[in-house]
Amino acid sequence: MSGDWLPATVIDADWPIPTGRSLWVRVDGWPGNLAGQHVDVRLTAEDGYRAERSYSISTHGPSPVLEFAVDELPDGEVSPYLVHDIEVGDRFEVRGPVGRYFVWEPAQTGPVQLIAGGSGIVPLMAMARARRDSGSDAPFKLLYSVRGEPYAYFAEELEQLRGEAFGIDWVYTKRAPEGWHRPPGRIDRELLEQLVIPAIEQPSVYICGPTPFVEAAANLLVELGHDPARIRTERFGG
Amino acid sequence: MIVSRGFGERRRQPDPSLPPGQRTTEDFPVMSAGPTPVIAPADWRFSIATERGTAQWGWDDLTAQPIDEITTDIHCVTRWSKLGTRWRGVSLDHVLAAAGGTEQVSAMIDCYGDYTTNVPIADLVGGKAWLAFEFEGEPLEPEHGFPVRLIVPHLYFWKSAKWVRGLRTQAVDEPGFWEVNGYHQYGDPWREQRYW
Repeated sequence: MSGDWLPATVIDADWPIPTGRSLWVRVDGWPGNLAGQHVDVRLTAEDGYRAERSYSISTHGPSPVLEFAVDELPDGEVSPYLVHDIEVGDRFEVRGPVGRYFVWEPAQTGPVQLIAGGSGIVPLMAMARARRDSGSDAPFKLLYSVRGEPYAYFAEELEQLRGEAFGIDWVYTKRAPEGWHRPPGRIDRELLEQLVIPAIEQPSVYICGPTPFVEAAANLLVELGHDPARIRTERFGG
Repeated sequence: MIVSRGFGERRRQPDPSLPPGQRTTEDFPVMSAGPTPVIAPADWRFSIATERGTAQWGWDDLTAQPIDEITTDIHCVTRWSKLGTRWRGVSLDHVLAAAGGTEQVSAMIDCYGDYTTNVPIADLVGGKAWLAFEFEGEPLEPEHGFPVRLIVPHLYFWKSAKWVRGLRTQAVDEPGFWEVNGYHQYGDPWREQRYW
């Protein structure tokens, strides 16, 4: 049972990228969550009007402090409020955690390939943090596709995670940093063949991002011999 | 009541055709747990396993059945709804009748890509569920279930399984894929049966 609506208080907020915001909330009574799960958010206006949305969580474990990232949708009703208006100290309600499939648990010891497009990094960040916090030595690789450097969530923290058993590959679709070894462009077969843990090593693959990105990545990996049963996807937007 | 200061300026008009907690979308979002399976209609098979035995249909068997035109609202558990969608497909009434009917209470729907979902028989018969092969006058898009998907529009849309390859009746309403992974056993949008 995902239980009752719980009060959440914003304790920190920043704008890590120009089009999105990261919110830290404290949720009294939060039962904890696995890496990769979602939370339902409910906002109530002063006259009782309500709206609900679902967001992936970038934190994991028993802590009552959750982080999630919100991209602003141009014709959105909730996302512009969360990105521009809400302030530290403001309150809303949450319910969860939700979803038991798109999760990584430290008991999984096999190799893991994470593939993120844009804010699709959020649940994958929870997995990367869970790996670090549990002391897991499961080999991880992350492929993170963003428009350009300013559009990467968690860039600094990810670079700190980089290590022998945690590889990070950046893919820039619109503008690459000066001197970058690859011209900007979308993922393709050659790129995935080069950067993704090969099928023969049987990695568990987690892909999250906008639908066209996830479709492309998942289909190409199947073509490259990855077992569809090892590819978990999470798509957003339409 | 916990109020979010200043929230509600961009609110939408309430729509009585929407179940609680839903909002309309003009797009058709894609929700799948894995890669999109590739199935040619000529290779598509649908097996119907009941207590009376197993029948198997191919594409021509399906399209030789009486075909319904369906206009319906659909409601995804991730909170989008799409109003007035148009489909063509074969009623599950015909599918089950062709197999000799069933006395069992539930069906497990099997899909290419190993997805499963459970639906009570009572929710499949009586003109409430179809094997659909056209959406808005066109064949289904691959990511939306080509060549054939189930639609059970009165339940949350994860029950409307894509890339279907069979139906197994069962004496007990055993849970399918999402029903094991946190989603509700039945999934009525009007009662907001999202999660267990």
